[in-house]
Amino acid sequence: MLVERNDPMLPRWYRIQHRREELANTFTVTLEPQDHEDIPVFDCGQFNMLYVFGVGEIPISISGDPAHPAPLIHTIRAVGNVSNGLQGLKSGALIGVRGPFGTPWPLALAEGKDLLLIAGGLGLAPLRSVMYHVIAHRKAYGRVTLLYGARTPEDMLYRQECEHWRAHLDLDVAVTVDRATESWRGSVGVVTRLIAHALFDPAKTLAFVCGPEVMMRFCAQELEKCRVPGEQIFISMERNMKCAIGFCGHCQYGPFFICKDGPVLPYYQVKDLLRKREI
Amino acid sequence: MPDYDRLLAAHPFFNEFQADYLHQIACLATTVCYERNAYIFHEGDAAEQFYLITRGHVMLETFGVERRGSISIETIEAGEVLGWSWLFAPYRWHFSARTLEEVEVIVLDGVSLRYMCEADPMFGYALLKHMAVIIMQRLQRTRLQLIDMYRADGG
Repeated sequence: MLVERNDPMLPRWYRIQHRREELANTFTVTLEPQDHEDIPVFDCGQFNMLYVFGVGEIPISISGDPAHPAPLIHTIRAVGNVSNGLQGLKSGALIGVRGPFGTPWPLALAEGKDLLLIAGGLGLAPLRSVMYHVIAHRKAYGRVTLLYGARTPEDMLYRQECEHWRAHLDLDVAVTVDRATESWRGSVGVVTRLIAHALFDPAKTLAFVCGPEVMMRFCAQELEKCRVPGEQIFISMERNMKCAIGFCGHCQYGPFFICKDGPVLPYYQVKDLLRKREI
Repeated sequence: MPDYDRLLAAHPFFNEFQADYLHQIACLATTVCYERNAYIFHEGDAAEQFYLITRGHVMLETFGVERRGSISIETIEAGEVLGWSWLFAPYRWHFSARTLEEVEVIVLDGVSLRYMCEADPMFGYALLKHMAVIIMQRLQRTRLQLIDMYRADGG
């Protein structure tokens, strides 16, 4: 049987070049293709389907620099069969990769405006590529602010990079933790409390929010209280994805397929859906 | 002496208050600066002041028997208010407040504010309404903390 070379359902083989333990159950893998062809370019916010042979496939956001798509970088938290399977793989192991898929963060729309990035927990991973892009194109944006909330200081993702970004004179970075340890000298409280203290012009601000759904919902409400219009708030949704190209319907969310119409969606389009628990 | 009428009018807590009320409150105001790592008040002490933070960050904290050190609860920062125990019996601080850096606060005499509330129910209602919003916001934030939304199983 002939197989279409660009068939989006056909995984390419990638080798795990390097893996780095980020947190107790979270790790980053860098991947190189086995067919020695280029890694597809991707836009910030897109995801790949990672296939552990014999176990299954999961969608994982790309957390590398879009200007340098090689090697492919994914940060993964081990919470299910496939992600636990990925965690068990060592450098040199082979996995299947399909993608990139999905809608990106609307960076072109943000040009000339203030940009407010709000990340919670592992939600920093899909926004890290945005940080790379913004730092490389800093003049294209107004005030850029990253607000990051983590569970505890030990659960902070990319801690060294956060400290590096914080040292940039033209970036505002604020970090808070839900629960502090005795040695923590920073902010304590949920990430929503940082929004009111951030400096931005609400009428000329695009907000990109990524984290658990409950966190995104409350952040969006807080942003609206700060007069950021719902059309200027974007969130990154997660659902159970299988085909990743809008065929199978597993990731249906109201009128949307999250794999194809998302994962990045304007808040105003899903605001009412977010209030319904049965979807 | 600072122009407290203006400073209070610019503060998010008081910016909707009538000018005559602001003037009465301004008569109760002083400015205090604290060095880093200083205690503004201690848990259990008499609560007699209402603080408006104008610069810096303050940590609300408590302590536990099983832990020698303090337990951080929430950070309060410039633009926010600190403390409502002066408004409610038994007028004792429920937590301690420690500065995380150099901090400047406007201190209002809470006992006099209470008398003002009793003497003028319209003023009392306005103040309690604004304080209720602060208490509601802190309660909602605490509930979000309790949800533990970043825990590994996706909670």
